[in-house]
Amino acid sequence: MAILEVRNLSVEYLTEDGVPLRAVEDVNFCLEEGGSLGLVGESGCGKTTVMLGLLRMLPQEGRIVSGQVLLEGQDLLQIGEAKMRKVRWKKMSMVFQGAMNALNPVRTIESQIVEALRIHDIVGGASEARQRAGELLEMVGISATRGREHPHQYSGGMKQRAIIAMALACEPHILIADEPTTALDVMIQAQILELLERLKEELKLSLLLVTHDLGLVAEVCDDVLVMYGGRVAEIARSSAIFNDPVHPYTQRLLQAFPDVKAPDTPLVSIPGSPPRLDALPPGCRFEPRCHLREDICAQRIPPSIAVNNSHLAACHLVGRES
Amino acid sequence: MDALKALKQFSRNPMGVVGAIMLSVIVATGVFAPILAPYDPYARVEVTDPAKEILAPPDEEHILGRDDAGKDVFSQLIFGVRVSLIVGFAASIMSMFIGATVGILAGYYGGRVETLLMRLVDFLLVIPNLPLMLVIITIMGRGILNMILVIGLLGWTWMARLVRSQVISVKERQFVLRARSIGASHFRIIIRHILPQVVPIIISQAVLDIAVAILTESSLAFLGLGDPTLVSWGTMLNYAFARAISRQAWWFLLPPGFAIVLVSVSLVLIGNALEEIVNPKLRTHHLFDPRKMVAAVVGVGVPLRVEEMME
Amino acid sequence: MGRRNYMIRSVGFAIVTLALVIVFNFLLFRIMPGDPISILIHNPRMTRESRERIREDFGLDKPVWLDVERLKAGDVGGAFDTQFTAYVRNLSRGNLGVSFHTRRDVAELLRERVGRTVMLLLGGEVVAAVFGIAFGLLAAWRRGSWLDTTILLWALFSWALPTFFLGIILLLLARGHLPMGGVVTPGLTPKDGLVYYLDVGKHLVLPTVTEAVVVTGQYILIMRSSVMEVLSEDYIMAAKAKGLNTLQIMRDHALKNAMLPMVTIFALTLGIMVGGAIQVETVFSWPGIGRLMFEAVSKRDYPVLQGAFLLLAVSVVLANLVADLLYSVLDPRVQDK
Repeated sequence: MAILEVRNLSVEYLTEDGVPLRAVEDVNFCLEEGGSLGLVGESGCGKTTVMLGLLRMLPQEGRIVSGQVLLEGQDLLQIGEAKMRKVRWKKMSMVFQGAMNALNPVRTIESQIVEALRIHDIVGGASEARQRAGELLEMVGISATRGREHPHQYSGGMKQRAIIAMALACEPHILIADEPTTALDVMIQAQILELLERLKEELKLSLLLVTHDLGLVAEVCDDVLVMYGGRVAEIARSSAIFNDPVHPYTQRLLQAFPDVKAPDTPLVSIPGSPPRLDALPPGCRFEPRCHLREDICAQRIPPSIAVNNSHLAACHLVGRES
Repeated sequence: MDALKALKQFSRNPMGVVGAIMLSVIVATGVFAPILAPYDPYARVEVTDPAKEILAPPDEEHILGRDDAGKDVFSQLIFGVRVSLIVGFAASIMSMFIGATVGILAGYYGGRVETLLMRLVDFLLVIPNLPLMLVIITIMGRGILNMILVIGLLGWTWMARLVRSQVISVKERQFVLRARSIGASHFRIIIRHILPQVVPIIISQAVLDIAVAILTESSLAFLGLGDPTLVSWGTMLNYAFARAISRQAWWFLLPPGFAIVLVSVSLVLIGNALEEIVNPKLRTHHLFDPRKMVAAVVGVGVPLRVEEMME
Repeated sequence: MGRRNYMIRSVGFAIVTLALVIVFNFLLFRIMPGDPISILIHNPRMTRESRERIREDFGLDKPVWLDVERLKAGDVGGAFDTQFTAYVRNLSRGNLGVSFHTRRDVAELLRERVGRTVMLLLGGEVVAAVFGIAFGLLAAWRRGSWLDTTILLWALFSWALPTFFLGIILLLLARGHLPMGGVVTPGLTPKDGLVYYLDVGKHLVLPTVTEAVVVTGQYILIMRSSVMEVLSEDYIMAAKAKGLNTLQIMRDHALKNAMLPMVTIFALTLGIMVGGAIQVETVFSWPGIGRLMFEAVSKRDYPVLQGAFLLLAVSVVLANLVADLLYSVLDPRVQDK
């Protein structure tokens, strides 16, 4: 059963000259309860915008133009800000990229976790809250007594784990992780990975992972959504994406990643660069760089065509004889 | 930064343009003072009917009335432009040279030189300015030259800090490292590579320094330390306050003050516009060192302490 | 830089600065050309006794810094029997000399008046801090709005306004409504109880407001950028994601971080405030140290000038030291290497 359903989500940013930029267009996906979805794509493909849109935390210039975000059946885009504040963190929380900055440097770690607890009335008094904070820290492998310290006294990996503890404070149903392993060294990355998987199991979390790291996605996610130029390129089960990608962009993306098992295969980079948001082509956004392009690709936006009942690709060439 | 490009950018900043126009009018007034002023403020005035002529309110012959000696206020106002502008520019140029030199030396050479120079800057910043100037001028004696010297010799600290920051950031750039590696002498590097990058910031700060100098001069003159032989707005206000306030002679009390404000505002407008052009990059994103952040923002020059202490 | 290191450095700096201030003070009044003492000594109208008195008080027949002759002769202690040492010794005893004009002890004069200046400075700082923080926060929060622009314009404008002129304007405007000067209406004493204090309060209004305006503009500008900087940080976004509303974000996260730099700024602008106090006290006839300096200037009363300057400089240096130490305690990050 889908705990989160996003339908036709489109987001615009208003520039200084008043020209709106379509950062995200017509995005559809589902997150299964207890499942995990990886949202991948290059920088600027719109994945961060989607993520911020879910929590309705777009910056001032951003605007959700259309669509629905159904969390357990309720459309988050229709409720008022006051109700949305109750949803944030309690139903859906976030682990930020670059945890170093997501923690307030002049407050103790403990106080920041306690804050999340108090805001949502999870616990009764102050001492109960502190105790719960300690438990959360222990859960991510940090000694509870260290809660009294300040962020600068923690190592990078510890900060990331503290952020995760904070994100789980209100026992949310959905955890959104934004590049949880970037800016961490490999050893720590592995630890964080393991932690996320374990927590997912133990707490029955639904995970939405936003990243450009395909390796991470392969390890952790059941489903994968590939974005390009603000639109969905392909969405499928993880195994399908990695073994049998249909969309030309996904194929190229996978080729660009080094494969440990075949070290001598040359890395293929995709020529050209992503489309400018103020000069979007009328047809498929990937067409200028596509190795399979045809004329129709430049003329019309490709519809999402089903490859099978769990695999969609937005390409005119799907279903044709190759 | 290309001067022509800078000029174009400046013309797009409405506040800056307004400031520039205001300043031009003011400078023109100073230059053409003898022509513009209806009376000569340095001429002796024979007062025949004190009751009517001392502190006379505005009328047809004297649009701003007369002062406590029967002289025309409006003419004094016009001539006062000269002292303010002369002191302002001269003192600012002096501070500019001293401050820029100190800043460049400190930023470029680093190490002990920098520490020593920056400590010097800190000393000057901590010691309260106005009392110090009061004391020095009282001893040295009043006069426009002394005024310029005192303000110029004490007002270079903000410039030094700013220039040093900029030099440090320029120093590590490619073209400087390249010049060093081919054996260019320090002097040559400074003059040909570092200086051009620093000049824009120097100019924008120098403009603000002029305003500071004018405000300082007027305060010192108000307190009685202005040049007694010259007409200046500060001295006018000194006399006005002593003798006209009980009579509520607003025509004598207000115009000089507003003139000071006008000049300062025009300079601030120009200076701020220049700053926007010159330096969005000086902004650091360290909340870790709030003083650096503050330094970047406050072009109006709030005294700052040793950044090294936080590094 | 550990916190202890930082504190030690701050104290060290303060000590050196104080030493420099003392030496400078000495230099100014004894060494510079046209120095007041020698002018006095050579004034033909001085009586012999007065001349002798001055000679003795200032030790004018002794060498200025160091008696090299006596040093060479092995008399180390005597080598320091100089004008400078006499000066320092006097200072340490609280002897700041005697006013030329009133013949009163300078230290006594200062002691009488210091309280009033402190009242003014404190009141001014409090008002300026409150308004500076409030409006700076407001401007940053509503960045880009007309409110922000208005606040910015006011801050810039108030910087261009000379303090004494603002005082004059207020004086003209408030005629009839508020007292024109002084501390209290003549005749009232503390024995009159509430009436007395209210009266002093009324006299305090204009000077305090004028004094506050000196730095409010700068506080607004700094607070504004500080808040803007803080609001762009990730932990603010994290706070919003946690479900905090704007008020809570401002109060629990933005404010404390944004105010840290303000602590040092408060002390740093003290020097400017002191300069403002001199002007304010002059305009409003407020009998404090500032007014004393103004009168001393017009009467060439050098001992008073010297003493007042010393007092002011030392106070500002010490205040800066306190602020530095305070900051190192408040900011938990002053711990890292």
